[in-house]
Amino acid sequence: MISSNLPALQVVLPLLGAVLAALVRRGPIAWLIALLVSWTMPVIAFALLKQVLADGVISYALGGWAPPLGIEYRVDLVSAYILILVSVMGALVISYAPRSVASEIAPQRQAWFYTMYLLCMAGLLGITITGDAFNAFVFLEVSSLSTYVLIALGRDRRAVLSAYQYLIVGTIGATFYVLGVGLLYVMTGSLNLADIAGRIGDIDNIRPLLAALAFITVGISLKVALFPVHLWLPNAYAFAPSVVTAFLASTATKVAIYLLLRYLFSIFGVVFVFRDLPVTEILIVLSVAAMIIASIVAVFQANVKRMLAYSSVAQIGYITLGIALATQTGLTGGIVHIFNHAVMKATLFMAVGCIVFRTGVVRIEDMAGIGRRMPLTMGAFVIAGLALIGVPGTVGFVSKYYLVAAALEEGWWWLAAIIVISSLIAVVYVGRVIEVAWFREPTAAIKNAGDPPLEMLAFTWVLTAAIVYLGFDTDLTAGIAARAAEILLAGIK
Amino acid sequence: MTFISPLIDHFNYFVIIFLMVSGLYVVVARGNMIKKLVGLSLFQTSVYLLYLSPGKILGGTPPIIDEGFEVYSNPLPHVLILTAIVVGVATLALGLALVLRINEEYGTIEEDEIFAAGDEDK
Repeated sequence: MISSNLPALQVVLPLLGAVLAALVRRGPIAWLIALLVSWTMPVIAFALLKQVLADGVISYALGGWAPPLGIEYRVDLVSAYILILVSVMGALVISYAPRSVASEIAPQRQAWFYTMYLLCMAGLLGITITGDAFNAFVFLEVSSLSTYVLIALGRDRRAVLSAYQYLIVGTIGATFYVLGVGLLYVMTGSLNLADIAGRIGDIDNIRPLLAALAFITVGISLKVALFPVHLWLPNAYAFAPSVVTAFLASTATKVAIYLLLRYLFSIFGVVFVFRDLPVTEILIVLSVAAMIIASIVAVFQANVKRMLAYSSVAQIGYITLGIALATQTGLTGGIVHIFNHAVMKATLFMAVGCIVFRTGVVRIEDMAGIGRRMPLTMGAFVIAGLALIGVPGTVGFVSKYYLVAAALEEGWWWLAAIIVISSLIAVVYVGRVIEVAWFREPTAAIKNAGDPPLEMLAFTWVLTAAIVYLGFDTDLTAGIAARAAEILLAGIK
Repeated sequence: MTFISPLIDHFNYFVIIFLMVSGLYVVVARGNMIKKLVGLSLFQTSVYLLYLSPGKILGGTPPIIDEGFEVYSNPLPHVLILTAIVVGVATLALGLALVLRINEEYGTIEEDEIFAAGDEDK
């Protein structure tokens, strides 16, 4: 009974948890609910992965209405992979959260915070699991609206401003998406993704399809924060509460990339998108621009969270580069980097969250000598920073290895060179923090700081351990990513 | 008259495009945060129309099977847009709430004045 309804539970449980958390109105109890629900999510996600590996694609008819008329929840290897990413990150971040949340958010708002956290998670999981184009839009808005609230809860008054700016951009993106879906519906008469993919080949007049592709791609790109439509991201990440930044950086943009993958590969198809249209060229130019320009901008940031946010834009460039190549190796690199980047960025933002919790500083200059006062926190930061650069023995190396290999397969040595150059710029901005933190005398502001409470430290280090472990044992990430890439490339006429 | 006839045939779509573009223009061109939200709503509304107008079939009746009626309008777009309207209302409400908070914090809702305030990192 339960095992056959797992796809629905994956989304329904966090939704119910959100309502419950809103009803109890007390921060600590709401946190317990969120904790319980968040740790159920990875259990369900892994159970789904196991079912998919054993029996193939799961198709779940919501409410018993058979697809394509009813809403279908569809789990294949690609979506199971993203479900695991989102649910594991959600569980780790919420376990780390309570003290950080208590120090940054007023007591009467804490229950609402956990409500929004669960809603956001329900939305993100919903986008990943649904097989219905319009249902994906609804979940996109559920996750977006709760994200705006989460960002607006930040301490700085600029948090509200960033939330407003993200609301404008995010709504335009979501509306573009729904516009594209509308055109697809008019042309194919279906909203079920698999059904659309089956019918799209029979359409002779491709102009509406091109318009739909353009609207959907641009709309989702706004959510992905693909260069040059990334401008909402740095402020949103910089001024949101630390916990929110760690959660969003590791999940929200990743789910948007998943949706983009679905449309480019499973719906429109590789031949249509990548051979007849100059999508590869456009995406490569944008990805390279993100990798170089956003990295350089990151070097000049004074606020460490902003610096990491610009670095996220650059790292998203790596992922879209892998997608643009649309070869087995390239796509594997892109998909594996979705996971790897989530792990390392969550670690970095959690380490920064520890620093903010202990000292309240976010300016890199004020962090002088902090490595001597908070050695374990900064140790995690350094390891995750090395992964960001792509040092062998960390997850960052695995992704970059695949991307460079994919570029060389195409004979594009200049692209491999650009990947290396972008990594060198990462050396500069990560190195800047390490220099300030370890090689300067502690300032007065952090004289009495020490490592944060056990649970904050422990969960930061769980992820740090994952960075190193997954850097050596690549079966879990790269192995599944390679099979996911095969599925995406093969599901095409 | 070759130029006019497609304009009349697809009159509904031209209205939609006009609403869509003017909504987006307001979002981009106005510095007042309330006016931006008005533009955003206009933009969203145009998409509602885009869904609804192909669902209407001339001479079609509501989709209730009965003798003597053969042509039915498509009810699905209406259902979808009902959901989209709810989403739009929620977005607008949240946007207005944020503007309220911005006004409390900054004392203004004009974008250029807020950016002129020039917050620095502490």
